[in-house]
Amino acid sequence: MIIELGHFALILALLVAIVQSTLPLWGAHRGDARLMALAEPSAMIQLVLVGASFGVLTWAFVASDFSLAVVAANSHTAKPMLYKISGVWGNHEGSLLLWVLILALYGAAVAVFGGNLPTKLKARVLAVQAMIGVAFLLFLLLTSNPFWRLAAPPLDGADLNPLLQDPGLAFHPPFLYLGYVGLSMAYSFAVAALIEGRVDAAWGRWVRPWTLAAWIFLTIGIALGSWWAYYELGWGGFWFWDPVENASFMPWLLAIALLHSAIVVEKRESLKAWTILLAIMAFGFSLIGTFIVRSGVITSVHAFANDPDRGVFILMILGVFTGGALVLFALRAGAMEAKGVFAMVSRESALIANNVLLAVSAFVVFIGTIWPLIAELLLDRSLSVGQPFFNAAFTPFVVALALILPPGAMLAWKRGTMARSFKSLVPALILALSLGALAFAMQTGQTALGPIGLALGAWVLFGALTDLWARTGHEGLGARAARLVRLPRADWGKATAHAGLGITIFAVSAMTAWKIEDIRVVQIGETFPLGAYEVRLDDVREVEGPNYQSTMGFMTVLRDGAVVAELTPEKRIYPVAAMPTTEAAIDYGFLRDVYLVLGDRQQSGGWAVRSYVEPFANWLWGGCILMAFGGVLSLTDRRFRVAAGARKAPGVAGVPAE
Amino acid sequence: MKGLALALLLLATPALAVQPDEMLEDTALEARARTISADIRCPVCQGESIDDSSAPISRDLRLIIRERLVAGDSDREVVDYIVARYGEFVLFNPRAEGSTLILWLAGPALFLAAIGVVVLSQRRRAEPEVKLTEAEEARLREILKE
Repeated sequence: MIIELGHFALILALLVAIVQSTLPLWGAHRGDARLMALAEPSAMIQLVLVGASFGVLTWAFVASDFSLAVVAANSHTAKPMLYKISGVWGNHEGSLLLWVLILALYGAAVAVFGGNLPTKLKARVLAVQAMIGVAFLLFLLLTSNPFWRLAAPPLDGADLNPLLQDPGLAFHPPFLYLGYVGLSMAYSFAVAALIEGRVDAAWGRWVRPWTLAAWIFLTIGIALGSWWAYYELGWGGFWFWDPVENASFMPWLLAIALLHSAIVVEKRESLKAWTILLAIMAFGFSLIGTFIVRSGVITSVHAFANDPDRGVFILMILGVFTGGALVLFALRAGAMEAKGVFAMVSRESALIANNVLLAVSAFVVFIGTIWPLIAELLLDRSLSVGQPFFNAAFTPFVVALALILPPGAMLAWKRGTMARSFKSLVPALILALSLGALAFAMQTGQTALGPIGLALGAWVLFGALTDLWARTGHEGLGARAARLVRLPRADWGKATAHAGLGITIFAVSAMTAWKIEDIRVVQIGETFPLGAYEVRLDDVREVEGPNYQSTMGFMTVLRDGAVVAELTPEKRIYPVAAMPTTEAAIDYGFLRDVYLVLGDRQQSGGWAVRSYVEPFANWLWGGCILMAFGGVLSLTDRRFRVAAGARKAPGVAGVPAE
Repeated sequence: MKGLALALLLLATPALAVQPDEMLEDTALEARARTISADIRCPVCQGESIDDSSAPISRDLRLIIRERLVAGDSDREVVDYIVARYGEFVLFNPRAEGSTLILWLAGPALFLAAIGVVVLSQRRRAEPEVKLTEAEEARLREILKE
């Protein structure tokens, strides 16, 4: 009965979405305030209905109601509670319901927080948002209904894929979806503005917080996924250029581009058409990502739904929404004239360079991801595109981006001078180059990647700090420090996010260049060297877990005879899913992680053991957290909190007039 | 239950990627083997390199690579040997030949095109706006005088 209520709520939500997507739009066209006023309550009701439906599905998972097909296929009574709940979105149907729930959540958020939006724009935004809702609710109900019952419920379920039974992965999809779907807000704002035929500074200020929020979630989601891959897959890699990773990476890159171009719209009323196009593309790539993951057209570890019908449906949604928006764009883009003119050397130009580099790098990821498909369909060649291609084709653009970031971020709006922003960056440049030289001198016979990455990362990091310091004026140290604290949060956010990028760049190159690996057979009681450490295998025992059987190694990491850590790497077998997993044991440290993996028992006696020293691994996650935190700081800036659009942003937010 | 678990444990032995017994004594050759196998895709897995994969065929491929290296093949010859038997599907690094050139050149080409568009539109924008007519100039001087 409860299940049917959830099912019914979902159908009702579809009907409400149909109302919300049509009447307010008509009302905005006719200037009918009553029809426009429908949008807000509809958005709230939709959230309540989808929320109820999601609650019911969660209840079914928690109570192990195996009369539901999804629960029977993806859960098990012996599964820990956390994974019963995360199992709700650990499957195709449930994850789509989460998608729709988050879509409704954003719609309701506009209804609640969009108090200062003009009535017409708000009605149109909510209507466009509801159109996406209609499409996905139809998709859910027609092809992927989570509420299908089984005629003969099994006694117990088939269990969730053991790889997904992990705290990191339990929260990875919700964050990723908050990001993906958050970009639907940028899309809805863009389409609403196209219908309206008006894009101005206020629009830039409205669309930016939503994009920022989406980007923050996307950053956290991607970082969680990468962290999960790092500790769970058992060889210390953190990024594989897997199609599904790429699917989340492309919208992330475009969201960054959009964040930066929206600044130009907000401050200078330039780049309007381009910003609209970016908003459409960013969400378009979210849909492409959904398509790649859900259709399984490019098979990978993650594509757990390989169903052509669903793929075709999502392709249709993708075609209608991006195609429709692009047609609208072609019709209306001419109406968006740029107001602010600017010189070749200016902040505007720097941000255009940022956008070009980000858009091209997203395109490189895109073409690399779909090339196997193109090659097979059109050229009849079955080939693969992997890590080496992406490393070679993508990295140059990121390096260029990192090189121009510090001076670009300090250029004045409208007309800047290279010499001036370079002059203040000389200390950062010297510091970065000396760090690189130091690293080069300290390492012997290794790749130049480490020192170059260090210099580049330091350049971005110190550049961000220089930028922040330069905003405090030219008076005494005390006055500058006092002003530093009072700087707008947007400034702090910018510096923090850029610093995070610098740290991430450094950590990626350090982990790639300076990783130490050791593979060997170890007898119980034997000690072997690993970099500056010694590792001892004390014992291997069988241990029983809640829903798995574990072979656990007991190992001690020593340095100069002193115990650094005692680690227990495991090999697990999940009997229900009949699937083995390796659980690496990691000693996390500020400068390095010691990473141990237990392998098979050897015929000759002893155990295969893989061990790694991963330098600066925590800096990678730290850098991502900093980037996301920078976003949060920006999001809580005064100009977004006070009535946006009602007044100009405070003068300090911009560069002092020259 | 425990018996079943143990049976499964024996049945589906979770293997590590590179096994210690595969590795060559010669560290230089072994390093070359690792570099090559990191870019060879496991033919039966989903997007894993043979270096990371625990599938039996990946082990065979890793052993072939080492065999060829010991026999004195160059890196290129080893890769050619594998491609001849398993097709270009196993290359994670598609060779920039024939139609694959498009893949390699698409990014740089788009970059150059984007630069071109930006420079052109910038030049157009930099052109002075509509010039004032004589009468307007006069009126402007008048206003400034006031």
